[in-house]
Parts: sequence; C-alpha cells; structure tokens
Amino acid sequence: MKNRIHSKMQEDKKLLSIYFTAGYPALNNTVQILEDLEKNGVDMVEIGLPFSDPLADGPTIQASSSKALKNGMTTAVLFDQLKDIRKTVSIPLILMGYFNPMMQYGVEAFCKKCQEIGIDGLIIPDLPVAVYHEEYQPIFEKYGLINVFLITPQTDDERIRYIDSVSNGFIYMVSSASVTGSQSGFGNTQQDYFKRIAAMQLKNPQIVGFGISNSETFTQATTDAKGAIIGSAFIKHLTANGVAAIGDFVQHIR
Amino acid sequence: MNYNVTEKGYYGTYGGAYIPEMLYPNVENLRQNYLKIMQEPSFKEEFDQLLKDYVGRPSPLYFAKRLSEKYNTKVYLKREDLNHTGAHKVNNTIGQILMAKKLGKNRIIAETGAGQHGVATATVCALMGMDCIVYMGEIDIARQAPNVARMKMLGAEVRPATSGSKTLKDATNEAIRDWINNPVDTHYIIGSAIGPHPYPDMVTRFQSIISEEIKWQLKEKEGRENPDYVVACIGGGSNAAGTYYHFLHEEEVGIIAVEAAGKGIHSGESAATSALGKEGIIHGCRTLLMQTEDGQITEPYSISAGLDYPGVGPLHSHLYTSGRGEFYSATDDEAMTSGLELTQLEGIIPAIESSHALAIFKHKTFKPEDVVVISLSGRGDKDLDNYIKYFNL
Ligand SMILES: Cc1ncc(COP(=O)(O)O)c(C=O)c1O
Repeated sequence: MKNRIHSKMQEDKKLLSIYFTAGYPALNNTVQILEDLEKNGVDMVEIGLPFSDPLADGPTIQASSSKALKNGMTTAVLFDQLKDIRKTVSIPLILMGYFNPMMQYGVEAFCKKCQEIGIDGLIIPDLPVAVYHEEYQPIFEKYGLINVFLITPQTDDERIRYIDSVSNGFIYMVSSASVTGSQSGFGNTQQDYFKRIAAMQLKNPQIVGFGISNSETFTQATTDAKGAIIGSAFIKHLTANGVAAIGDFVQHIR
Repeated sequence: MNYNVTEKGYYGTYGGAYIPEMLYPNVENLRQNYLKIMQEPSFKEEFDQLLKDYVGRPSPLYFAKRLSEKYNTKVYLKREDLNHTGAHKVNNTIGQILMAKKLGKNRIIAETGAGQHGVATATVCALMGMDCIVYMGEIDIARQAPNVARMKMLGAEVRPATSGSKTLKDATNEAIRDWINNPVDTHYIIGSAIGPHPYPDMVTRFQSIISEEIKWQLKEKEGRENPDYVVACIGGGSNAAGTYYHFLHEEEVGIIAVEAAGKGIHSGESAATSALGKEGIIHGCRTLLMQTEDGQITEPYSISAGLDYPGVGPLHSHLYTSGRGEFYSATDDEAMTSGLELTQLEGIIPAIESSHALAIFKHKTFKPEDVVVISLSGRGDKDLDNYIKYFNL
C-alpha cells in the first residue's frame, strides 16, 4: 500500500501537523487554509469533520465545530470542497471526525470518496480499535486508507502492543489524560510517559497531540516522538487573527 | 431470541462501547468487574439493606380499582413514586455508589436532565460522604430550579453545561469529558440504561428489582407471576428495562413501551426515538437515535424533561427492531390528561414521565381479564408548576 503518510514518516525531521475544523471560521475557508499550511512548511494536516457532540474535545474545538455546523458544513459539502485539492496540495491529509456521521454517509461510500479525493488517513476517536479490527479494516484497506489510533498515559503496555500491531502509519500519542485543548507546558509525568513509549521501540512512529501550543511544547513533545499535532492553539489563532495570518502562527512553532 | 446482553455488550446489533481510547481503561475496568462485584455477598447484602431501609422497598404493587373500572381491565401500578427521592432513579444510584466504593473511587460525577437523577446521585453521595459533581444543561438549570436547590443542599456541585443545545445530551457530553480528564479517582454514575457497555446492562440489573418484586407481588394478588402486559415510559429506558427484565423471556407477557411524542411525532418537536431515530452512535452506544441525514444528533422535545433524550437504550432498540416490544408514543396533551385522570381517580399525582405510560389507554384497548402492570416511575411533586400552568389550576 503506497500512501503519503508512509513517505512522510521516512523524512529525516520532526514533523509538524496541524488540525483545523472544516467550515471554520467561514464555510469556504477549507482550501485556502490547506494551501497556506503547506506553503508555510507544515508536514501534514488533520481536517476536522465537525460533529454536534464531540465528546473527546475541549471548549475550543467544540466551539469551532458548532460554528462550522452553523455555517453549513456537512460531509457532502466537505467532500465537494476537497474534490480538486490534490491539484494544489501534496502533503498527507487526514480526516478526523466522529464515527456517527461516517456511518450515516455509509462507511464504504465514505472511504471510497476519501480515496477519490486523495485522503491518506482517518482518525476516528470513538471507533475502538477492536471494532475496527473485526469489522472495518478490510474496507479501509480496500481504499488505501490508514486508520490512526490513539494511546494515552493510561494505556497499558499490552494494549499499546496490540494497537501497534493493528496500526500502519503512526500512533497518535495523547499527551495527557484530558480532552483536547492547550496547556502551558509538559511536566515530569508527561516527559516520563514520552520516554516510556519511546523505549518500547514500537513498529509505528508516534506523533504527540493534545496540549501542544507553541514552540516550547512542540520541542518537548518531539524530543522522543516523531512529530506533534497542534489543534486548539491553531484554532484560537484563526479566531483571533483570521485566515490571512496562518504564516505567522506556523513560523513561530519552529 | 435472546434479550440479554452478549459477552461483547450487544443486544442484537445494538450496544457495544464506541468510546475514545481515553475512556477505555475505566470502562474496561468496570466491564471486567461489575458482574463479579454484584455477586459478592457483601455487596448484595448492603444493596438489599439500603433498598429496604433507606429507599423503602419493596414498593407496593397497587391495584388501581377506579382506573381499572374506567378502562374495563385489571390495572396494577408499580409504585416507584413512593421510593425515597420520588422515583425509580435511586435504585440505580444506590447500586452504582456501592460499585464505586468497591472500585476504590471517591469522586462521583453524573449528568441530569430534569434533575431527578442528579438528586438521586447527590443523595447517595451524601449518604456515603463522597464528592459529587452533577452536570446539567444551562437551560435545564433555569427550568428545574427546585431540583437544583435540592442537589446543592445535599452538598453536590451543579456545573452548567454550556455547550451545544445546553440540555441533557450536552450535560452527558460534559460528564464524559470530566471522566476523560479525571481517569483515576472518578466514577461516572450514568442515569439511564444508556452509554457504553457495561452501563446499559449494569443499570438494567440494578433496576431489575422492579420486575423481581412484581413477580412475587402479583403471585400474592392474582395467583400468577406473569401479567399479560407490562407498560413503561421510555426516556433512556431505565425504569422500562427494570420493569421488563424478568419478563423478557416470558413470551406470554406483552412488553409495551411509551415514548414521548411531544407535540406530535411529525411536528418537529418530539422525542419519539424509535419512530424517528436511525441506527447510529450516541454517548458511546450503538443504538437508535434522532439525527439529521448528515449524522448530527438533533435536540428532542417533550413537556417532560426526563424523556427528552435523543437516543434510547440499546435493549429497547433491540426490543423494537425484533418486534418483542410494542412501541407507542404519547403527546404532551395525552400525557397531561392521563396524569390528571390518575390524580382524580386514584389520588396519585404522577411524574409527567410516568403520565406517558398511563396514556397507553388512549392507544390500546385491553381485554377485561387482562392484567396490566404499569410502572409509575415517579411522583409529580417536581412537575406541579407544569401541571398547574397546563390546566390553569
Ligand atoms: C420519574 C421518571 N420517569 C422516567 C424517567 C425517564 O428515564 P428512564 O427512561 O431511564 O426510566 C425519568 C427521568 O428523569 C423520571 O424522572
């Protein structure tokens, strides 16, 4: 299976990935945000498909999701916005969303559409690894999609090994026991956790997410891990500065 | 057909645990231990004792003579309204607080809509000396002031849910987020037979005391354990699950569910989930739920705050889809009239939720020899304002 995520993981550098909610701040910002992120050197993007009840998300992403839905974002609208995205954007693109909207679209139809557009992977926080493994893996693989799973500081070693065995791309390492949202820095507990995971020598590289907000937290998170994902902090930046100032944000990270 | 939960947590195709990885350790810990703990003699003894001396069980099975005459059938009311705190909710919170103790947790969180489950949770936390945080939609806080005051007096902290539609489903989201943020010391007491496995089964088992009692009470009164019908209202479905539990596999017992139709099933203001819902995922559970074509969860409506949940427990989705249960829905008007009717025929003011179950007589005619047991899930004290306004009393 050839996939942009695989080649990206081979690059000899720490990866910066950005999450944003599709349809926020305005319905039609999606393409411009993606193009600007790539132009400014971002390595990978998670495009958030907004959901009415995002139970793993903190206030920032919740608010952007509600606004995006109010703006009229739907699965069909997003797919339409992205139909020509591979003409201008070449970094890996990952759709991140909750399972219910995908189920309603039809899991197979959803995956097929992703492949047509050139989506490389999916992150579905409320689709448990065992259910994916037993029910959906063949469909995702048929359409060349990498499904990314989360681990947290509470995930025990045996389960991390299991998740590593089902994963194929990277593991999304949740930095702390929390919903999404920025925090001011990583303490010893988190750094120990980063080291513990690094020492496990997993087959998949790890990308850290939740609580990365600036160059300091980015550096801390990527000392041991392959890369880091910034979500809420980027959305706050969009809220405060609009879509014109994306370069300012990215340049300050590294 | 099997109506019990499977090893993996399913009722037919419904159920499961569609949860983010952050919740996995806690939910898995509960899954591995809940049955074991419930079977421990020390657990059973304390649970039974509290249900008897604190809740006031067994709750009476009352033959409603005048109601029976009016509808020309034999109606029994299972009097959950006489429980301490005024509803069936406390059966579950007693069970879960003891479970939390066994699991070594000392901080309790809960969601509440009308405040009944919040009060029942705050009550058992006071009883056990545990910290209690209840999430409640900002809109519900405003319209359920007396229950908010009760929770505060009981020592609970009531935290407003300000996201989304600011009602029950959002309060549930906030409680789940709290659990994600506090994975070590906290137990989440869910208030209905909903959520990820093992919650629907655990809540059902704690509520199953209702049908356990109906069996021996009916034997005393009618000489037989099985009624012809059991009837209950359904929000998330906990009083219904408890009322049906010991009859699920007794084919001669008809199972009847009454949902809230609000202003009418097709009015756009309804909470009749089985009629309006499609299979999907809500709060970690695969079940029927009300949603847009795009899979966004919609806000239900009912005059009764305890019934306006956009989903329904997975057991009930299975009863609906398999045809084991007969599903009806009662409008606001039908429920309110039925509530007033019970008040004036029997001297019992029911919770508006329970009035929906009583509205079954507007939809179905029973035979004179039928024995119909209706779950009177709660008392109407909390709803007096609503009744007074509605009837201009
Ligand atoms: C008196 C009463 N009955 C019924 C319900 C509905 O809940 P469930 O369907 O879980 O029994 C509630 C919920 O608040 C209630 O207070």
